[in-house]
Amino acid sequence: MKILKIIATIALVGFVGIQFIPTERNQSDTVPETDFMLVHNVPETIQKKLQVSCYDCHSNNTQYPWYNKIQPAAWFLEDHIKEGKAELNFNEWDSLSSRRKSSKLRSIIKQIESGEMPLDSYTLIHKDAKFSEAEAEELINFITQLKDSL
Amino acid sequence: MKKVKMTVGILVMTLTLTAISCKDGKKDEPAAPMSNEMYQESMDDKDDMAMSDNQDAKAEAILKDYFNLKDALVGDDNDKAKELGATLASTLGNFDASSYSDSEQQELKDIMEDATEHAEHISESDIAHQREHFKIISKDVTDMVAITGTENTLYQLLCPMYDGGSNWLSMSKDVKNPYYGSKMLTCGEMQKEIN
Repeated sequence: MKILKIIATIALVGFVGIQFIPTERNQSDTVPETDFMLVHNVPETIQKKLQVSCYDCHSNNTQYPWYNKIQPAAWFLEDHIKEGKAELNFNEWDSLSSRRKSSKLRSIIKQIESGEMPLDSYTLIHKDAKFSEAEAEELINFITQLKDSL
Repeated sequence: MKKVKMTVGILVMTLTLTAISCKDGKKDEPAAPMSNEMYQESMDDKDDMAMSDNQDAKAEAILKDYFNLKDALVGDDNDKAKELGATLASTLGNFDASSYSDSEQQELKDIMEDATEHAEHISESDIAHQREHFKIISKDVTDMVAITGTENTLYQLLCPMYDGGSNWLSMSKDVKNPYYGSKMLTCGEMQKEIN
């Protein structure tokens, strides 16, 4: 029993301790001119969907959920956001060459078609981030058109 | 007593969560050490090439790695394609475009950046994804050859079935399909000769 108590105390101290380790927050007030939605004429429904489903990890501004205040959840998010932005940052869209834009658009289509994006761990909590079949089709049609027009 | 139990319960849950998130977050990690190794290897290659002092040798080096990667995909060899994707990525990164005109340099830079990204993905993907990325690299390498030229005669082949029609390059006009491998090895056609 004593051992249990000691372990519990250590773990509790550890849990409280890690709350003081700062995390990098992905937040920005400005939307740069290179943003995907500013460069292209994106229909409003698709704009909204992209904001809700993609921009949290693929832009410079994340709408953080409440549990981001708690470690280790915050680390988990930080990791995903870093990785997501490295792969594709909608805010910096126009700084890409048209060759890279075209291959990014192609990857976006593939990711949505195969259901790999948005991540399951994300849609688990962000139910509204999920794509319905119709929404996926609308977005894929739009991205395909955009890709062909580049 | 009840309190202790509850605390322990919460802690176990927290620790489990931590463990799960760590696992999830590091999913792609195993590929990293390998690509480092490969990177070092091709750094040596780069030194060898610098000695030969031939600009086009660089384009040839990219083609060589591209063909090796293609052969791995023809052979349905996921692991080998991972290695070769990493090799190709570093060869692409080492490409020196300084002997070309400004507009060609810009075009080559775009090609290399794009292809590098896809080669890196190949170094950490399953074979279905590798083939998707290979399609884009094939286009990049074809565009590169249009600028740099090559010492050898190449053939552009077409698999009409894969993803609405997909090209690849080969040193041989015989069809060995990298998009389907053994499933449809000889499906495809020779489209044109390059050079």
